[in-house]
Amino acid sequence: MASVSLSSPRRRLDVGPRGCPPLFVKAWIGTFLIAAFVGFLGLQPARGNPFQQEDREPTPANKIDELIFARLKSLGIRPARPCSDAVFIRRVYLDLIGTLPTEAEVRRFLSDTAENKREKLIDALFDRPEFADYWALKWGDVLRIKSEFPINLWPNAVQAYARWVRAAIAQNMPYDQFARELLTSSGSNFRVPPVNFYRAVADRSPSGLAAAAALTFMGVRVGSWPPESVDQLAVFFSQVSYKSTGEWKEEIVVWDPLHAAVEKGIALPERVKLPDGTEVHLSADRDPREVFADWLIRPENPWFCRAVVNRIWAWLFGRGIVHEPDDFRPDNPPVHPDVLDYLAQELVAAKYDLRHIYRLIVTSQTYQLSPIPRSSPEQSAKYFAHYAVRRLEAEVLIDAINQITGTGEDYWSMVPEPYTIVPEWQRSIALADASITSTFLELFGRPPRDTGYFSERINRMTAGQRLHLLNSSHILRKIQQGPGLAFARSTTTPRETIERLYLTILSRYPTPEEMDQARSLAPAGSRRTVDLTDLAWALINSSEFLYRH
Amino acid sequence: MVSPGGIGEVVLHVGQSEAPQSANGSLERRAFLRRGVFGLLGLSLAGRYGLGIAKAANEKTTGRAKAVIQIWMWGGPSHLDTFDPKPNAGYEYCGAFAGVSKTNVDGIVIGELLTELAKHADKYSLIRSMTHGVNAHETAAYLVQTGRMPGDRIVYPHFGAVITFFGTRDTNVVNAGLIPPYVVLTDPQGRFSEAGFLGPRYKPFATGGDPARTPFAVEGIITPGTTETQQRRRRELLVAFDTLRKQLPNDPQIQELVRAEEQAYDLILGETGKAFDPAQEPQEVRDTYGRNTFGQSCLVARRLIERGVRFITINYKGWDTHKDHFTIMRRKLPEFDRALAALINDLAQRGLLESTIVLAFGEFGRTPKVAWEAPWNGGRHHWGHVFSALVAGGGFKGGCVVGESDDKGMYVKSRPVYPTDLIGSVYQLMGIEPTASLRHPQGFDVPLLPSKEEMNAQSGGLLTEIMA
Repeated sequence: MASVSLSSPRRRLDVGPRGCPPLFVKAWIGTFLIAAFVGFLGLQPARGNPFQQEDREPTPANKIDELIFARLKSLGIRPARPCSDAVFIRRVYLDLIGTLPTEAEVRRFLSDTAENKREKLIDALFDRPEFADYWALKWGDVLRIKSEFPINLWPNAVQAYARWVRAAIAQNMPYDQFARELLTSSGSNFRVPPVNFYRAVADRSPSGLAAAAALTFMGVRVGSWPPESVDQLAVFFSQVSYKSTGEWKEEIVVWDPLHAAVEKGIALPERVKLPDGTEVHLSADRDPREVFADWLIRPENPWFCRAVVNRIWAWLFGRGIVHEPDDFRPDNPPVHPDVLDYLAQELVAAKYDLRHIYRLIVTSQTYQLSPIPRSSPEQSAKYFAHYAVRRLEAEVLIDAINQITGTGEDYWSMVPEPYTIVPEWQRSIALADASITSTFLELFGRPPRDTGYFSERINRMTAGQRLHLLNSSHILRKIQQGPGLAFARSTTTPRETIERLYLTILSRYPTPEEMDQARSLAPAGSRRTVDLTDLAWALINSSEFLYRH
Repeated sequence: MVSPGGIGEVVLHVGQSEAPQSANGSLERRAFLRRGVFGLLGLSLAGRYGLGIAKAANEKTTGRAKAVIQIWMWGGPSHLDTFDPKPNAGYEYCGAFAGVSKTNVDGIVIGELLTELAKHADKYSLIRSMTHGVNAHETAAYLVQTGRMPGDRIVYPHFGAVITFFGTRDTNVVNAGLIPPYVVLTDPQGRFSEAGFLGPRYKPFATGGDPARTPFAVEGIITPGTTETQQRRRRELLVAFDTLRKQLPNDPQIQELVRAEEQAYDLILGETGKAFDPAQEPQEVRDTYGRNTFGQSCLVARRLIERGVRFITINYKGWDTHKDHFTIMRRKLPEFDRALAALINDLAQRGLLESTIVLAFGEFGRTPKVAWEAPWNGGRHHWGHVFSALVAGGGFKGGCVVGESDDKGMYVKSRPVYPTDLIGSVYQLMGIEPTASLRHPQGFDVPLLPSKEEMNAQSGGLLTEIMA
């Protein structure tokens, strides 16, 4: 096939970072011819553009698409093309389980000819342990699960809490129950893990707890409310009390009206206004947290379901229908209100099964669009007319590099406790505690979990990060010495090795054009062994690897 | 609650909290390029974080300092053996060091092993009444570098991060071009997050490596064993094999990647990276600073200052001498003395001392009374009641002594100086109004320095007596 090359390898190397349109078109036509030729030979199909299905227009797969495509049409925005199978498998692995597919998994999926292979894959991913790891990580950000200052949960409580969250996700606990247990539990922080909801706050005053509840379950920053409304909400949390025990760092969180009345002088008013304006009676024999929780999880609550489906949307697309996803307020309207309403209704109808929402989103054509916009990029991104690229999160990125290179990480913690000592093979997405960290995680914008805000996580590439990826001893050592890439260091079969590198790192086959270019790195016709480490380095440093796409 | 960018007092409001990531116009790009790599993406990022400078007083502080070199003596150096000798306190207190060094300023004497620094006392001042009373490393290290006690609900930033934060918005300040504005030589402090609530973008760039070795393997910049030709070849591969990048030339995320990459390569391949290389200096200069990690770190610090770096911490470990204190000091103090004297003198010779603040202190001092018993065998323990600091340059006068400890160096005798007083004075000299506030990401204002009402807030006032 190398003989079919239409342009010299050297010339390919000259293409600048932004490419050059006429050259590109020429290359594309060339590639198309090669693809036809390769197809004729019955080899693995490859096209000039490995990211999308060039011969297909997007078609609605479910109600989400009907609503969004209608809206796009009215706005004059052309949706991107459907993404290719290779893009899909990489995307859905990274988005649903925070994990790069392996070479074998990619080969299997790409060679599967079943019509419904994408749906099958999605269902299989829900059952992976990494699904629970990854979403426990995301909820850990929201719930601020960390040992240290300013949250100070302490390592054993962190482990108990993080395990409870992970188990809830693994068992697919209905979301209304999840919220209710977090809001209304009482007991020891070691033995009744959800009580840590009330400990994982920097401010334990009633208004601090109210702010945490509103942020977590209503997607609201109470700073945007009038102070009276915050005061009213705080009443529901005014009888939460904390008691220490004889055990080191154990703490009992409990509804304690007497303590509130006697020690803090807080009298419970008879009538309190809920955030939607309805007034409720509080009686002395009922924990006011329960009154709040009952109101919160009612199907008609305007915040509860919308906030969580929007969070999931934001996690999967990088941007919420309401954005930031924890900033619901009248002057921050949703870009697709009907989609938000629809997903909220679906959540109620599915008895608060969050996986139903994940499934609706990832099976939609909207989710399965190519990353290449066909309208103004700003408009297209705003209305979800393409899949916006974004840098992998710190944890996912280092896990992917470690998976490829067969290496681990050095973790450390500021709290030297048995629970904070983590082996190097531990995956970063499965770290329970934000106080356990590594140099890489710190550099790449892992959230400190101080506030629970979505914006704490920053996935934008900085020069310092770029430097680290390109040239740090940390990353170079993994690529040059990691056992996972041993096959690339000394090979006599460059073609197979190049294919393996593409499948391992980019989760796809190389295009014929890329194969030619990569072959040019090995002297033609040589029988000597070839070192393709630099190719591995280049692929790991490509935007295609570093970004979700 | 003050809304972001509220009216009136707000001098500068950083970014729009709702600015979409895609809105990087050419203006922002230019500003970005001017600001430089680790220019920390100050504006747009601070915006995303909802950070801002909440308010500053109306009158502008006119600081003359442009940069700070903080020599961080982690572990806590003995004040008696360095800047506050007590020759009359006797063997129980002085141990092996009974003598003093007379300096070139009448009436000022320092530790007997600090013979080089003694020649330059006119260029620096000594604070002999630093105090906070904390004897635990972590708490004290946090306190003397943030000005706050840990324990309320805010994670405060290191004063270097604050200085960097203010620097990135001020385009009039000579900036470091492509070099990070906040550098740690060589290892990060690790146990406390310098950036605090300012967020990860305000973390310092830690060089790693050892400047006393050749080459100084600055993490990410200098890769021993890789030639420049190899680096250039790799860069070609990078561009050639990035198929997605070619498809999305206008994507804001990809553009950001490309910019970050250009700047990273300026450090790897360009002249900029040489700023970190002490081997660019004449042999005699290298010898003057001392051919050891601390000496060469001081030399690299001076090179970085010349290129406009705003804040450098030299993380100088090894001062926690519970055991065998005097043996260790005999080895360590001459190295410290030689390098710090060389640094101050070199900055002065080059006319840089006027605009560069040099600070040397640890998180506390050490017990004045020597622990002669086993297992210490002549050790000194933690002592936060009184300790010393050296300050020089950038508007700090030379040849002065601030405050006094008692005759055994146990407690403050006069003019207590709390960490917040020193930090506030540095802010003022750097042109940062000490009464300004920062906007916390959660939307409230945090004064740069603790107010009188704040828990544990103690102050002896700014160091006006030595500020020109």
